[in-house]
Amino acid sequence: MKHSFIDKYSDRDSFIHQLDPRTKFITTLLFILAVVLTPPNRWLAFALYLLIIAVLILLSTVPIGYVLKRSLVIMPFVVMIAIFIPFFKEGEIAGSYNIWLWQVTVTYSGLQVLINIVIKAWLSILSLILLTSTTKMTNLLNGLEQLRMPRVMVMILSFMYRYLFILVDEVMRMRQARDSRNFGGGRLWQLRTTGNMLGTLFIRSYERGERVYAAMVARGFNGQTRTLNRLSFTPADAYFGVGFSLILILASVASLLH
Amino acid sequence: MDEVVTVDNLSFCYPDGQQALTNVRLTVRQGETVALIGPNGAGKSTLLLHLNGILRSNGVVKIFGRQVDDENLRWVRSKVGLVFQNPDDQLFSPTVFDDVAFGPINAGYSEAEVRESVTRALDWVGMAGYERRSPHHLSVGEKKRIAIATVLSMSPEILIIDEPTSNLDPRSKWSLSGLLSRLPMTKIVATHDLELVRVLCPRTIVIDHGQVITDATTSQILANISLLAAHGLAPTETS
Repeated sequence: MKHSFIDKYSDRDSFIHQLDPRTKFITTLLFILAVVLTPPNRWLAFALYLLIIAVLILLSTVPIGYVLKRSLVIMPFVVMIAIFIPFFKEGEIAGSYNIWLWQVTVTYSGLQVLINIVIKAWLSILSLILLTSTTKMTNLLNGLEQLRMPRVMVMILSFMYRYLFILVDEVMRMRQARDSRNFGGGRLWQLRTTGNMLGTLFIRSYERGERVYAAMVARGFNGQTRTLNRLSFTPADAYFGVGFSLILILASVASLLH
Repeated sequence: MDEVVTVDNLSFCYPDGQQALTNVRLTVRQGETVALIGPNGAGKSTLLLHLNGILRSNGVVKIFGRQVDDENLRWVRSKVGLVFQNPDDQLFSPTVFDDVAFGPINAGYSEAEVRESVTRALDWVGMAGYERRSPHHLSVGEKKRIAIATVLSMSPEILIIDEPTSNLDPRSKWSLSGLLSRLPMTKIVATHDLELVRVLCPRTIVIDHGQVITDATTSQILANISLLAAHGLAPTETS
């Protein structure tokens, strides 16, 4: 079975795709840093950041629908964490509700914090989606390694990328095997079956880990990972890096002056 | 120094108490191609894992006359290339190049040597041009070939392959068999594919219940139907 859902559009050939992964990684980090450090309610700054990321997405030829859809997938997590803030933040009361025994109040400043968090998270996620959908996972990992990210973490990520698909296949096969034996029964029974499947999956993954390790040891692995550097900076990287940083600074300064 | 692999009095017991090998004794000479046949769970894979020191126990395992121990483990693994049964275990890197280069890089080759050995290994298995591909996008036959390349790139003198033809369709199987017969080094092939044994290996060792049952020429063993039937390698008379 074939999947390619992480870096689906990474083999296109735009200006953004051709940049060195290290350039893209650092500029993405800068962008996220700028977004996160922006003081609350600087709407102009947020608009400018959105403009920047929108222009980059257009340049990258990655379909906008795809980017938006993927950004929505992550939003529930952000909202789940931030949704309670309006209820606990003190300040001017925007509304007060009685829910059965409790009196719940929502404050204006709390709502503002919530909106700011959602906007910042969304902008950051957009930039990360742009990074991962224009960079091949293998190149990104290589770039991270060149940037002195701890080798263990790079290895964990690379194993994750390699075996994610195999795990998905395994789940699909298990589900097919279950369904073809007419999966039915009560809800409790279904839950139990699913639980057993999870357990089996865990044991299988664990045993696979042992076999993979044996295969690594058989080829002389001794705990150190070494890879060859296949990346090279081009003048385009310098232009993009400098240009992007300048635009970012301009955007934050412009919003300050406003 | 004709004997490249010497195993004597080798017994092994898994931590869960299952006796996997009992007093195994065999020798393989330079340039031989030996089939190791036996039913599922006979101990074939366990034996293979001893030959490059991944599993060790107190019996004798010698490679080129040297007992496998902690000091010469690296040397042993550069001499003995072990290809695992499931290519998804063998191929763990994001790209084919990374996987084939894994052994040479660990062996401390220079960058130019690594590239050269990867190109040579991929040429050998007929997979040139696959360097940038991801293993999960390959067919089973292609994965098997790449898995062999990951070991060939280290230029081993002994090639050990566990179930090379499992899960392969006949065409992939015969092309892999042709590929293996063209490789010049000493080979040990664990399998229960008797068709493959017939064309590839002049000598056959039958293993069952962790013991060497017979060690003879392939034509003798394949002609002995009752022996094969007794060890689950041919249909029994009643069935």
